[in-house]
Amino acid sequence: MPRRDDLHRILIVGSGPIVIGQACEFDYSGVQACKSLRSDGYEVVLINSNPATIMTDPEMADRTYVEPLSLEFAEEVIRRERPDALLSTVGGQTGLNLSVALAEAGVLERYGVELIGANIEAIKKAEDRLLFKDAMMKIGLESARSQLVNSVDAGGEFAGKNGYPVILRPSFTLGGTGGGIAYNREELEEILERGLDLSPVHECLVEESLLGWKEFELEVMRDLADNAIIICSIENFDPMGVHTGDSITVAPAQTLTDREYQMMRDAAIGCLREIGVDTGGSNVQFALNPESGRMVIIEMNPRVSRSSALASKATGFPIAKIAARLAVGYRLDEIRNDITRVTPACFEPTLDYVVVKIPRWQFEKFPGAEPVLGTQMKSVGEVMSIGRTFKQALGKGMRSLETGKSSASVTWDEALLPKRLITPNPERLGYLRFALQRSMSLDELHDMTAIDPWFLRQVREMVDLEASIQGRQLDELSAADLLRLKRDGISDNAIARATDTGMLAVRARRKALGVRAVFNRVDTCAAEFESFTPYLYSSYESEDEAAPQPGRKVIILGSGPNRIGQGLEFDYCCCHASFALQDFGVESIMINCNPETVSTDYDTSDRLYFEPLTLEEVLNIVDVERPDGVIVQFGGQTPLTLALPLKKLGVPIIGTDPESIDLAEDRKLFGALLDRLGIPSPPNGTATSEDEAVAVARRLGFPVLVRPSYVLGGRAMTIAYDDDTVRRYMREAVVFSQDRPVLIDRFLEDATEVDVDALCDGENVLIAGIMEHIEEAGVHSGDSSCVLPAIALGLRELQAIRRYTRELALALRVIGLMNVQYAIKDGAVYVLEVNPRASRTIPYVSKATGVPLPKIAVGLMLGRSLADFADLYAGRVDNDSDVAVLRVPKYFVKSPVFPFSKFPGVDPALGPEMRSTGEVMGVGENFGEAFAKAQLSAGTPLPDKGTVFISVNDRHKGDAVDIARRFVEFGFRIAATRGTAAVLKHANVPCRTVLKVNEGRPNPVDLLKAGSLQLLIYTSTGAHSFPDEQELRRAAVAHRIPCITTISAAKAAAEAVASRNRDPIRVWSLQEIHSNATEPIVSSGVRAGDGQHAKGA
Amino acid sequence: MNPALLALEDGTVFEGRSFGARTERTGEVVFNTAITGYQEIFTDPSYSGQIVVLTNPQIGNYGANADDCEAAQPWIEGLVVREFSPLASNWRSQEEAEHFLAHNDIPVAAEIDTRALVRHLRSRGVMRGVLSTTSADAKELVDKARHAPSMAGLDLATRVTTPERYEWAAGVSPCSPSDVIPDPGPVRHHVVAYDFGIKRNILRRLVHAGAHVTVVPAHTPAEDVLALKPDGVFLSNGPGDPEPLHYQQEQVRKLIGKTPIFGICLGQQILGLAVGGRTYKLKFGHRGANHPVLNRITNKVEITSHNHGFAVDPESLNPAEVELTHINLNDNTLEGFRLRNHPVFCVQYHPEAAPGPHDSHYLFDQFARTMDEFRGADCQSARRSATGASEEAPR
Ligand SMILES: Nc1ncnc2c1ncn2[C@@H]1O[C@H](COP(=O)(O)OP(=O)(O)O)[C@@H](O)[C@H]1O
Ligand SMILES: Nc1ncnc2c1ncn2[C@@H]1O[C@H](COP(=O)(O)OP(=O)(O)O)[C@@H](O)[C@H]1O
Ligand SMILES: [Mg+2]
Ligand SMILES: [Mg+2]
Repeated sequence: MPRRDDLHRILIVGSGPIVIGQACEFDYSGVQACKSLRSDGYEVVLINSNPATIMTDPEMADRTYVEPLSLEFAEEVIRRERPDALLSTVGGQTGLNLSVALAEAGVLERYGVELIGANIEAIKKAEDRLLFKDAMMKIGLESARSQLVNSVDAGGEFAGKNGYPVILRPSFTLGGTGGGIAYNREELEEILERGLDLSPVHECLVEESLLGWKEFELEVMRDLADNAIIICSIENFDPMGVHTGDSITVAPAQTLTDREYQMMRDAAIGCLREIGVDTGGSNVQFALNPESGRMVIIEMNPRVSRSSALASKATGFPIAKIAARLAVGYRLDEIRNDITRVTPACFEPTLDYVVVKIPRWQFEKFPGAEPVLGTQMKSVGEVMSIGRTFKQALGKGMRSLETGKSSASVTWDEALLPKRLITPNPERLGYLRFALQRSMSLDELHDMTAIDPWFLRQVREMVDLEASIQGRQLDELSAADLLRLKRDGISDNAIARATDTGMLAVRARRKALGVRAVFNRVDTCAAEFESFTPYLYSSYESEDEAAPQPGRKVIILGSGPNRIGQGLEFDYCCCHASFALQDFGVESIMINCNPETVSTDYDTSDRLYFEPLTLEEVLNIVDVERPDGVIVQFGGQTPLTLALPLKKLGVPIIGTDPESIDLAEDRKLFGALLDRLGIPSPPNGTATSEDEAVAVARRLGFPVLVRPSYVLGGRAMTIAYDDDTVRRYMREAVVFSQDRPVLIDRFLEDATEVDVDALCDGENVLIAGIMEHIEEAGVHSGDSSCVLPAIALGLRELQAIRRYTRELALALRVIGLMNVQYAIKDGAVYVLEVNPRASRTIPYVSKATGVPLPKIAVGLMLGRSLADFADLYAGRVDNDSDVAVLRVPKYFVKSPVFPFSKFPGVDPALGPEMRSTGEVMGVGENFGEAFAKAQLSAGTPLPDKGTVFISVNDRHKGDAVDIARRFVEFGFRIAATRGTAAVLKHANVPCRTVLKVNEGRPNPVDLLKAGSLQLLIYTSTGAHSFPDEQELRRAAVAHRIPCITTISAAKAAAEAVASRNRDPIRVWSLQEIHSNATEPIVSSGVRAGDGQHAKGA
Repeated sequence: MNPALLALEDGTVFEGRSFGARTERTGEVVFNTAITGYQEIFTDPSYSGQIVVLTNPQIGNYGANADDCEAAQPWIEGLVVREFSPLASNWRSQEEAEHFLAHNDIPVAAEIDTRALVRHLRSRGVMRGVLSTTSADAKELVDKARHAPSMAGLDLATRVTTPERYEWAAGVSPCSPSDVIPDPGPVRHHVVAYDFGIKRNILRRLVHAGAHVTVVPAHTPAEDVLALKPDGVFLSNGPGDPEPLHYQQEQVRKLIGKTPIFGICLGQQILGLAVGGRTYKLKFGHRGANHPVLNRITNKVEITSHNHGFAVDPESLNPAEVELTHINLNDNTLEGFRLRNHPVFCVQYHPEAAPGPHDSHYLFDQFARTMDEFRGADCQSARRSATGASEEAPR
């Protein structure tokens, strides 16, 4: 069965913004699908609201729609494009749900679009937990005893019959959102209520507990000829009860005999056949009773999943790419294995190494959320590591996490030991090691954690080995000792700590003794056949397979695990850096440890090193590759922390000098620079004591913004309106010291914040985008919506911004990209911070302007000048101004997406600490339209009728009147708290007065729950917000009612509503928006046609 | 920590850490890429005369148990692994893998760079070697390796075969309450199986296909076999070079046409030689559980379990008499054929799996159907049935 010729145009649905449970693994799968379908000669149309993805690059598809993944907009795309088929299986749960919605609304039928990948029946059977259980029973597979309920009482009944604990799983939610484990009636009521509410079908599964069972996953692929293969088996280190997304997982499965593994294999393939997944990849999850071996099937996902991305990276078998080709009719045995070239893709990869995945959590950003792991996924990112043994892989994995703390430096609390072991939590592995150091027995640990004894034993061997060298002299350690340590995954740092020396000393010592890292290949076949793709991992074996190439080469340091503040955007930049290098004829070498990303696709760079981004590992790679340059500008903070050490060791860093990057971070030096340039910044000072802090604050004048030195993503920032807050902050919130003082800035209230991205070649500056934030300064740049072009900035302000930006870029001798944040108050422009590196907004600006910023930046780093790239931005520049600024042909709004629904009890009010996980882009002819689309894509669609609740502090009462008046014009009703109501009535805006939460009932929370409020405009009273405000905001999140907490956002919302009443549903492809381009911008790395051919060739 | 040495005939020496028995063993050094099933590999008689390198770096994790033995004792000469687990974790485990090997006098060399070793064997071809957990004299061991008998031309089958004829009626026992194994049902056929090193799971699978099996020694004359009034004859897997097995080829020639025949692995090679074909030694053989094999009759791919160093040369078979039914998609080697005019078919790989995927179990039912139809003593119909049978397979 060769490819289908009756299909010509295929629509791919992306997965939208990054949210917990659905991250850039779907950019990876989407990119693979686009590439392989186009290289097979199909025309690809793409819809995805997430501008930070590689997949939405104009080169990736024939037509790319960055539009809301909603029924109405998707239909409009289909109406315009008339695709022959829709590929539903590479866009995660979002893509799958939208595809189902389109089918059920009859849209696909109306426009004659065929659903390929998985058919509706199969999707239904797999997604609907009841249908699924019946189907499994039919083929003799056991599922956990359970019952679907639509009410709390029904749930209580089941628990009464089957006993507690019970597992609660809302239907059709992502990553188990709203699910949980209930140990008693109270918890049951709490979780079930929330779960039913979050389920789009108001339905929840109550299920028998399998806590403590072993958990496994199998990745299966099947083609139209019913050939079925297992790509990878994954065993969870954490037993059942911890979501696989939150579990440490291991590939291949370690504790199954062939009999048991084959039983699972037969079951998995049987499951695919019964569910009717005719083509593509699916993921099947099993639980296994460790005493009896009883096997229960948990679920299957009839699509490419988070685990399949992991499996692809773990085995070198590109599941999404193959799945796409199977969907258009190919057979597995008609597709070649990229890596061996001679053998077909119809086989089962075999591993001669061990892969470990470790999740990364960020509970610290969500005060009020209990750091406990359960059946709902909470992690924001993950790392993968490859080692020749489990121990080696685990060691690397822990290093890859970049928790900032070395495992030794964190102190563990003896008193917490049993609790932290028994109740799964982000620190469990750490406490496990701690308990082993305390020589707790494997049996005790197994009783507390239910973790398999084999894993526990492995961890103990590592702990013991580290202990065995405690206090030894470095030069006492023999080559054999060091080799054993390295082979078992112990880091140079750990050895340095144990021997009280430095990491570099250890490194020098072991190299002198010939203990060097070598590199092995991931080849899908355990070396049975030759491998042609340089997909490498380090080990301390006897033979090096790196085979570095002669010729010019540059290493790109990736951005490591996704985390809030450093996510997909930076992987986007790294991938483009790689494509650009290839374009410029330079060999691109990628180092990264994040399995979700496009950058860790062996197809992206010429060479891929799947390694932790630590000094140790990077130096090992530099040793074998001897690169002409290393790029640190694109991977966010992670590579920057390595920049200076690498430079000191003589590694050539290209682009902006690490010293300049450092200077921009250093308060004093940077302050001096600003003074010299005469560029204003908010008055500021530093303090190392409570009293000093208060003094400084008084001098600057309240409100002030206090924060510790050296923080990221606005960690631990507070806005203080009075002495008390400052004192409390100094006492409770932060640790400070002489060399790490607390930084205090005058907080600019109601200031407009502006983000600027610019390119600089050392002499000339090109401003790529001047983004005006919707929310005022005080809301972290990553958390506020912003718009291109700026809509409310005056000419003089723009001039100042352009001039400052130019001067800063030149003064910092920036080569490549730079990002500046400004705050504008009363016509004055202040610099908040400068980051001489690629910023979070680069992908968004690239898409809005149609100019490939990372590509130009790489060119500049390679020594070219801006002028050399004129053809890339010709006809897109405003030259009428003193500094060249890129033009945008429409309005582009970027809006953040928040994970609050995953953290019940957390106050969703926005502040200087970044908490969004992802972003979306809205495109429009006017600001309102773009903003409305962005809000829709972000999951907080604005209402077009109903009641608007308004409660603003006195500063905002004036604005509130205008806003309320507009909503009344649009036909909304207004409800307001007494103070606001008075002002409105006085300005004779009709409105009804409601009680404040603390005044009595019915209060706004009651109204909201009763469904009689459709939009909240609620600006907090400035100082620390009151409990009742928090309660209202929390209720809004739970009931998905848009809650606007700043006046400027409220104004924008009014614009958006106006547009919704005025403008038709319309969409534009990026290609047509930028059609005025002189030359289509194409990076070889992603040119259609080379989808099949692995880069390393 | 005692050292272990693996010395190859080409002078390459690997040093590791010793587990298992304190002893010295000589054999052909081969590698297997299966991820699971080390115990089945240890106990597969086809590995007699071979030192086995496992590419899965973590071996011993789930210990050993009585049910997963393919023979009464392990047959490998020695084991080479990257890491060997002293701890066994699995509900079926009865002893640590190390004890299992130790008291069967089998040495283990662990902490060896098995990937480098495999790459060496892949490029140079399999070769003779000595695994010693007693000697530290590398030079002497290399010497011994050079003087070891080479596998080519070596008759090992008659060495590992059963001395006595015996009956077999046991089926597969479940490995878990969830392991549903259909009941064999009433015995429908009497199969006589030539034991050249037969794996127990072949016998178990024959039982599940409705057979009562009489296992006979490798040197049993065709007349004695026919005297047992079999509904069919099975030719087993086994170690060594098929070429020297002239007597067995002769007996098989006599049996063709008189009774349905099903051969596996060495069984296929003996059949190939019996019908005038040639066999040859593969550079590094096929040993693993992930080989794609195309069934040309159903046009479907089976993921199969392999363990062979020799193969039948398809060019050497007469197309008028022989139909090639199975092809390996990795290297296009011959994986199965059948005779056009007689109810005789065979495969080079291991449909009984153990270890490996179950994709090819259908061949045992196909054998049963062939025997059913042969009762009507009509080769033609038997031939067609073989076709018909394969149609709905594999499942
Ligand atoms: N019956 C159960 N008892 C205990 N834990 C369970 C049970 N069912 C599921 N889990 C845990 O919850 C996690 C999520 O369940 P799953 O069905 O995979 O939902 P999702 O669609 O979010 O992946 C699983 O990984 C498993 O660890
Ligand atoms: N002096 C200030 N006045 C008002 N808002 C500020 C001030 N300084 C910082 N902010 C707000 O805090 C956010 C985070 O501060 P920033 O210095 O950008 O930290 P980060 O390095 O985490 O981005 C900014 O985006 C801005 O909204
Ligand atoms: Mg799951
Ligand atoms: Mg910032």
